[in-house]
Amino acid sequence: MTTETIHQKFGPPEIGGIGHSVKRAEDDRLVQGAGHYVDDIVLPGMLHLAMLRSPVAHARIVSIDTSAAEALEGVVAVLTGEALAGYNLAWMPTLSGDTQAVLATDKVRFQGQEVAAVVAENPYVAYDALELIDVEYDVLPPVMSPQAALADGAPLIRDDKEGQTDNRCYQWEAGDKAATDRAFEAADHVVSIDTFYPRSHPSPLETCGCVADVDPATKHVTVHMTSQAPHAHRTLFAMVTGLPEQNIRIISPDIGGGFGNKVPIYPGYVVATAASLVIGRPVKWVETRTENLISTGFARDYHMHGELALTSEGRILGLRVKMLSDNGAFFADAQPTRFKAGLFHIVTGSYDYPAAHVVTEGAYTNKAPGGVAYRCSFRVTEASYLIERLVQNAAYELGIDPAEIRRRNFIQPDQFPYTSPTGFVYDSGNYPAALQKALDIVGYDDLRAEQAAARERGDKMQVGIGIASFTEVVGAGKGTEYDIAGLRMFDSAELRIHPTGKAILKLGVRSQGQGHETTFAQIVANELGIPSIDVKVMEGDTDNTPYGLGTYASRSTPVGGAATVVIARKLREKATKIAAHLLEAAEGDIEFDAGKFSVRGSPDQAVTIQDVALAAYTNLPEGMEAGLEGVHYYDPPNMTYPFGSYVVVVDLDTETGQWKVRRMVAVDDCGVRINPMIVDGQIHGGLAEGYAMSSMQFITFDEDGNCIGSNFMDYLVPTAWETPRFELGATVTPSPHHPIGAKGVGESATVGSPAAFVNAVIDAVADRGIRNIDMPVLPSRVWHALQEASRS
Amino acid sequence: MEITVTVNGVERTADVEPRVLLADFIRTHLGLTGTHIGCDTTSCGVCTVLLDGAPVKSCTVFAVQADGRSITTVEGLRTNGELSAMQKAFKAEHGLQCGFCTPAMMLVGKHLLESNPDPSEDDVRWAISGNLCRCTGYVNIVKAIRAAASESKGVSA
Amino acid sequence: MYPAAFDYVAVHTLDEALATLSEGDEDTKVLAGGQSLIPMMKLRLATPTKLVDINRVPGLSGLDVSDGHLVVGALTRHNDVVNSDLVKAENPTMAAAAPWIADPLVRNLGTVGGSLAHADPQGDWGSVMLACGAEVVAVSSSRGERTIPVTELFVDLFTSALEPDELLTEVRVPRYTGPAGGTYLKLERKVGDYATVGVAVHLQLDGGRIGQAGIALTGVGSKNIKATQAEGALIGQVPGDELFAHAGELAAAAADPRTDVRGSAEFKRSVVSTFVRRGLSEAASQAAGQVVPA
Repeated sequence: MTTETIHQKFGPPEIGGIGHSVKRAEDDRLVQGAGHYVDDIVLPGMLHLAMLRSPVAHARIVSIDTSAAEALEGVVAVLTGEALAGYNLAWMPTLSGDTQAVLATDKVRFQGQEVAAVVAENPYVAYDALELIDVEYDVLPPVMSPQAALADGAPLIRDDKEGQTDNRCYQWEAGDKAATDRAFEAADHVVSIDTFYPRSHPSPLETCGCVADVDPATKHVTVHMTSQAPHAHRTLFAMVTGLPEQNIRIISPDIGGGFGNKVPIYPGYVVATAASLVIGRPVKWVETRTENLISTGFARDYHMHGELALTSEGRILGLRVKMLSDNGAFFADAQPTRFKAGLFHIVTGSYDYPAAHVVTEGAYTNKAPGGVAYRCSFRVTEASYLIERLVQNAAYELGIDPAEIRRRNFIQPDQFPYTSPTGFVYDSGNYPAALQKALDIVGYDDLRAEQAAARERGDKMQVGIGIASFTEVVGAGKGTEYDIAGLRMFDSAELRIHPTGKAILKLGVRSQGQGHETTFAQIVANELGIPSIDVKVMEGDTDNTPYGLGTYASRSTPVGGAATVVIARKLREKATKIAAHLLEAAEGDIEFDAGKFSVRGSPDQAVTIQDVALAAYTNLPEGMEAGLEGVHYYDPPNMTYPFGSYVVVVDLDTETGQWKVRRMVAVDDCGVRINPMIVDGQIHGGLAEGYAMSSMQFITFDEDGNCIGSNFMDYLVPTAWETPRFELGATVTPSPHHPIGAKGVGESATVGSPAAFVNAVIDAVADRGIRNIDMPVLPSRVWHALQEASRS
Repeated sequence: MEITVTVNGVERTADVEPRVLLADFIRTHLGLTGTHIGCDTTSCGVCTVLLDGAPVKSCTVFAVQADGRSITTVEGLRTNGELSAMQKAFKAEHGLQCGFCTPAMMLVGKHLLESNPDPSEDDVRWAISGNLCRCTGYVNIVKAIRAAASESKGVSA
Repeated sequence: MYPAAFDYVAVHTLDEALATLSEGDEDTKVLAGGQSLIPMMKLRLATPTKLVDINRVPGLSGLDVSDGHLVVGALTRHNDVVNSDLVKAENPTMAAAAPWIADPLVRNLGTVGGSLAHADPQGDWGSVMLACGAEVVAVSSSRGERTIPVTELFVDLFTSALEPDELLTEVRVPRYTGPAGGTYLKLERKVGDYATVGVAVHLQLDGGRIGQAGIALTGVGSKNIKATQAEGALIGQVPGDELFAHAGELAAAAADPRTDVRGSAEFKRSVVSTFVRRGLSEAASQAAGQVVPA
């Protein structure tokens, strides 16, 4: 596959097919404040649920007295773990094969864990009632790091699990140890790094929540829910509650951002549904920001050790990685079952070498359960961070320019499809072109010259240039290898064309802002010539859409988009037959272009797709079934591999450690771009999140187990003032296995940019021997690194 | 306590407890759900409304404080059934993705243009520095507000 | 997320405000901007039983010069100060500090008086007023008016010298009587974050030497800190880099920072030193007429 110029347009703009920056269909309601988010839903008789949460990280529950809360006027019910146990709902399965407490029964295992729930007439009364619940705790020593968790004599956190004698959560490895050992023996240099990717959190601006509406007469359940995967959630609800699946309806309305936070099932959803079932009225649960940050699916928290074996010319021979992950109190990662560390074994990166060995281990700690989420595919950002930091450090250690060392090691375009030492088959890529484009845009050589001069003068302000050339892996692979909780990671599209030539497309994925109502309509427009504004896209209602695994890991375009292409092409086949019938020509003589079916050689003999649509209901060939519709479930043959090169330039004040981004150049390649405007928007958002994590954003804990980072005063989201300006570039290397060559892009920038930002700061002070400053790279950390460097 | 608040030009009267937050009053008592709630520490700004024309975080004002005063919410941006220049600009410039911060951003943008009809990029970023967005990286929000400024000046964006 | 219940009264005159306060107890609180109080109430860290809303009392807001002072009405909103040409002309320290406070939305409601009465060591106005030698006027219905120098206003963490029945009505900042300059430097992780370190400085020259100096620190102690030793070292001296570096060291020694997520105590002291040095240099340039106050 060749790298093409970007924004290649398919078809005329008035159809709005792929390649066009069609304005978004969803915007009309959203700019009027007429979006329909979960908290906007008001049902007759609706009650409000508030959750009582543990103030301590680790404790035995001695007693819970709810009598005063129950007596408060306006309180309808107070639920505890004991009450739920009667319905077998006190514990629920997680997406990673573990169990998680819905409401604590024996112990609390993290600060913020759900202990009791109040259902009341309005939220003010519910919060008043929370204060009246009296819980006696017998505090236990908290385990606040995975190292402490795995140390001898550590307190046992999961004493609820039969056979669990320590705090080990999982172990998983990939690659070839023997081959890697040989590579290291043959190496001229070994460069290593110990680095920590701190705990962070997706924190979409809309928190998680639901309105659980159980019809008291029929016991049919409707849950309006912030869900990125409504069908999977419905099936899991059925399995957890025992209620029949056909009588459960999950409706995921407008979602105010997901980033992976809305993939897990949280206790609040289960308690609200149980409460609605028992009370016979709708129950709304919408968590506060503090609850969101302290208890829902976090991300990262990986302690990583990496080693590169290199020749003296800087060619990589092998990679060794040991990773220890902090999984919190319950293993609730949402990721493919086979891969306990997600897709972390993409850590080999964009480079060509034969040997790698990756060993991963997870530990339970007294922190919120999780994680994996936050716009990173499955652990791909951690992997990308490690390899890009290692390669940058290798450049310093070997005295090779950081761009050059990457060039020497890139997988070359003619090597694709490329099988990595850990078993991924990269579909396509052109890493040298992306890097060169980024370097050209930023003016790399001039910047290196500027840096040399500033160092020579010993300026107080120093400049740093950071590079990250990432390959990420998204979408899904074959169902035989990729499943979540057993559900294979296919996705689906159901397309129906109406008599007047309009269409409705129903999907198994679920947008949380990515613009599916527009981009998926563009796919249909591209294949059938129906203008994209004539295509209604529906997602999120499990009664009205085909089964899918939802939207996360940038999978919608690779998997759902492919399903849409396939079914659209099937309908085009039927449409061609109808056109032939209308034109009284042979099917083999019909040509199709941008919505017109014509007879080969006689372009005036033509009918439009709209003519064909009407005919599907009014004038069919003999023996043909009426209608023009179908559904396709797409099993992807492989993941897709978007990639890019990012270059960040920072100015660093060596007196205070403050640094500011002067330039941020991002060249992305996500294959064919359905809507360039929307693709750019996804990249902007991801770059901002990468900047956040690199500069200020993390959740940490003190030794008593208190969470620091459980509200927006402590967990920092940058404003427009701090967020850098971005310069975007693009290359287009289509995916050879995707029907329209698209790869997915929602997470590329979050994956690739943290390393670029951090590499830039390290680069500014690398001449002093500094090789690592963990994120977030706060001025204080830079200052301390400088102090230490000047002492040694 | 009985309060009378002019909401998007229309007088509304209601009886509320003093502790009812203005954001909650707007969403629950008035049924105007375009004003959102995103945090509990006055940090995110998605609850922004114009109080007597000035943008404030409505989650950190009690409804009773608005007695006798006027507020403008996102629902008040449309005039005579037509989207405002700001709303059109946000659509034209892809200034929103999930839409949760958008009502707030548009109201702050509207207020900015009233005193600064030709804002620079820095001016806009400073003006919205009390409003968080997680989706857009702010790039197109800034473009949208400046496009609305051009539009209002009669210069094509 | 939702506060506990409380009684509420909106007063319309100063006398009404004072009468209501004197009838109340220590659980009666003044509601001015509410941008510090209401967040605490929502988390139920503050549970006043009665709120006295003074926002409708006329005459408590405004910026004016009178009797050798820049007079700031207690209800003057932070953004009023940001937008004030008078403040830009009169007091560069105040002018520099105002945009650093919270964020643009909070600044539309938060008040100068409320901020000082709140006695938060991470409040920017506290350091500005300490540096500038300001005083506040407090009134109660039984004892009338009294003046409290800001040096005596901050007693401890969130504890001011105001009695429960007193209302802070105005802040009086002495006007400069000679060539002067000042600024405010703040290290914050993002807009709206509390200061990791904040430094307010001002200088007034007298015959080419420093006649008056003010240095005060934000976020590095349980109260805003006036670096009196550092100030003293400047008086009577000729402005210069070495002098300012020395003052920076003394100011750093006066700081009492905690190690926390924003940085180590050692780091914060270092930033105090750097910022004091840079701030004094800026102030001296302004005073020498080389830089027009922003």
